[in-house]
Amino acid sequence: MSTRLESASPATASPATARALRQLRRHGGLVALLVLVLVNIAITPNFLQLQTLFVNISQVATIAIVAIGMTLVIATGGIDLSVGAVMALAGALAPLIFLSPFGVAYPALGLVAAFTLPLLAAMACGLFNGFMVSVLRVQPIIATLILFISGRGIAQVLTNGNLQTFSNPSFSYLGTGRILGLPFQGWLALALAGLVYWLVTRTLFGRYLLAIGGNERAARLSGVPVRRVKFGAYVICAGLAGIAGLIVVAINSASDAGRNGNLMELDAIAAAVVGGALLQGGRAPIFGAVLGAVIIQLVKYTLLANGVEDEVALIAKAFIIVVAVYLQAGRRE
Amino acid sequence: MTTPLLQMTGIDKAFAGVAALTSASLTIEPGEIHALIGQNGAGKSTLIKILTGVYRRDAGLIMFAGKPSTISSPREAQDSGISTIYQELTLVPLRSVTENVTLGYEPRIWGGIIDWPRAHARTREILARFGIEIDVRAPLGSYSTAIQQLVAIARAVSLDARLVIMDEPTSSLDDREVEVLFGVVRGLKASGVSVLYVSHFLDELFRICDSVTVMRDGRTVARKAIAETTKLELIADMLGRDIDEIRADGMTELGGGQRDRSGEVLLEAKAAATDRRLHRLDLIVHRGEIVGLAGLLGSGRTEAARAVFGLDRLQKGSVSFKGQAPSDPASAIAAGIGYLTEDRKAEGIVPEMSVRENVTLAVLPKLSRGGRIERGRERALVEAFIKSLGIKTANMDQPIRELSGGNQQKALLARWLATEPELLILDEPTRGVDVGAKLEIQAIIRDYVARGFGVLLISSEFEELVEGADRITVMQDGYSVTELQNPGITENALVKAIAHHHRGQAPA
Repeated sequence: MSTRLESASPATASPATARALRQLRRHGGLVALLVLVLVNIAITPNFLQLQTLFVNISQVATIAIVAIGMTLVIATGGIDLSVGAVMALAGALAPLIFLSPFGVAYPALGLVAAFTLPLLAAMACGLFNGFMVSVLRVQPIIATLILFISGRGIAQVLTNGNLQTFSNPSFSYLGTGRILGLPFQGWLALALAGLVYWLVTRTLFGRYLLAIGGNERAARLSGVPVRRVKFGAYVICAGLAGIAGLIVVAINSASDAGRNGNLMELDAIAAAVVGGALLQGGRAPIFGAVLGAVIIQLVKYTLLANGVEDEVALIAKAFIIVVAVYLQAGRRE
Repeated sequence: MTTPLLQMTGIDKAFAGVAALTSASLTIEPGEIHALIGQNGAGKSTLIKILTGVYRRDAGLIMFAGKPSTISSPREAQDSGISTIYQELTLVPLRSVTENVTLGYEPRIWGGIIDWPRAHARTREILARFGIEIDVRAPLGSYSTAIQQLVAIARAVSLDARLVIMDEPTSSLDDREVEVLFGVVRGLKASGVSVLYVSHFLDELFRICDSVTVMRDGRTVARKAIAETTKLELIADMLGRDIDEIRADGMTELGGGQRDRSGEVLLEAKAAATDRRLHRLDLIVHRGEIVGLAGLLGSGRTEAARAVFGLDRLQKGSVSFKGQAPSDPASAIAAGIGYLTEDRKAEGIVPEMSVRENVTLAVLPKLSRGGRIERGRERALVEAFIKSLGIKTANMDQPIRELSGGNQQKALLARWLATEPELLILDEPTRGVDVGAKLEIQAIIRDYVARGFGVLLISSEFEELVEGADRITVMQDGYSVTELQNPGITENALVKAIAHHHRGQAPA
């Protein structure tokens, strides 16, 4: 690993306050997290208990996983509104598969199918989004609105709009299992973040992704396969949403197509933006998105644990996004 | 003689002490289609922006419709009857045609409610005047650029414009759409509206304009009736050369002569045409040779490069690079072509990325194995190029946007040299870089050619072409019209070749 020199930026003898502001901008996310933790230690009852940690990890995992995928799509200059609906779809399919006569007759095979088929379905949604955006050149916000609306509808039709409850310990491990005493999905989210981080920083795909978001015309003229890379971003994003959908179902031992992943697109976009993604594309801070997800989860938890209404929590979330976007505007110079 | 609709006299304008306009003038008669021409930087757009209130003039007088003009904002310009249609359309593509045409001036019933039936009817009526019959309820963006342009004009006219300014209106239109636009412009004239027509395409002027103002270096150098001038005369005015001198300086060879061809043929285009203003391109590049592409703006130089690089699909003819025809940039690069584009910002750099990432963008497939980028090799390659091209950067991970223009250009040159292309297309490689960097870039190009590769050099600088190219192919209105051979090319000979009307005697 080479040493990274500090870039020789023009020597501006800035006063200490300006430097402090710059530092705050660079590490704004970490500072916000620290403040949140300190506030909670001060005011939230029982905050420093393992149980609190478990609850937060198991809830933040899904946001983080979806936000990672969202970050990839945002890096191309796009956006994916359909992630919540894709979660519902994948979540609805899994119990249908292992509760089917086939799944009951061959439990092991059924379980494998209950993981793989929903993910394939989710990735097919990503293919559809990618097709709309890169082949038909529909605006991403419109293109993904189609599945945003219809995806959840399909999931509800599949389940007749019913809540499907089940008891399948093997499947539920996804949402309730522990490794080293911590929730399985937390580890999974970290592993996925590591994998996608590697993808972004070390591979051709990642470099192309950032080039497309940074200057699509220049990328095309440099021989970058723009279409294929965009397809890849939407497929990965949808696949990750599918995983998150399975986790939610596994946590609850029930699939509710009407509520699974509801408003998740907003949490994921907020987490990506708080994490440092630029909506015009060209940047993919993967661990930033994870940090953003943690911040959003903590804000939710803080308000909930202190008896603040859900509706107020939404306003608080909006406030965080405003601050994040403001800090970003400064970062771009 | 009627009083002119517009009379601008003695207009001065300086930006930060640098004169952009010096005693410039512009006169437009009522119902006249008036052309405004000049090289880049001649002051055309500054003059227009002063007229439409975007800039404030330092000195001079503007009379519009017989009164001194006090226009100080684009909105005031519109209200007093001057409409501008910019190259980049300023309409709202996602809203309906009607909404776009009536925006801000919607017919209302009472209490501010828009009278849609009347709005649609009025829009249909306005468009019908131009012979356009389309569904006015459909979003504007669903129609072609030409239709959108026409809608913009219709809107301008519906606002009782007395002067419509069109800035390069045909640059994004195909040939058929240009015809429709011309019909509309003639219609405007017939209804008494004046048009100020800014274009690089001289042929167009002779087809639809009545008179022309030529600008050069911030001054108005000529105002002529189109019928009483020639293309050669206009070009001489634009370039600031004496027409007799150009005429007298006979060209030694108008192509077709015997050529000394040592290297094998690398690239050959035969009667290549695209639907982007490239009508007929004949071009040969050998190994070890710099071939220049000369011509005025809009003559099809960049379009020729795009055709060779596989960006625009061929409609006719053929392009063959080592026996293949690239169908897109990726295949062109794989075959061994590099294309340094003219517009460094829009088509060159990825500003947020580092110098390293910008340099290796086109060569990444060769630097990766199984989709994984081999970082050691990448860094070594970039290090070598930073050293050999003398790119001034703090380190290879500095964002490229922080570099000077000349160093950005060198980094982009490195991007293409890194792919080890056998043919390098350079579109204005030294534009906007300082003199030092310019000489360095030219030296890099010479070195490259000496290694047995070919270069296609597009440049507006006659000196660069005359001194740098082994042969120069001259483009005019989308045709390659003649070819000059070095040694022996003089700047005057080149100017004459560019200006002379060649159509019909293009080399077969």
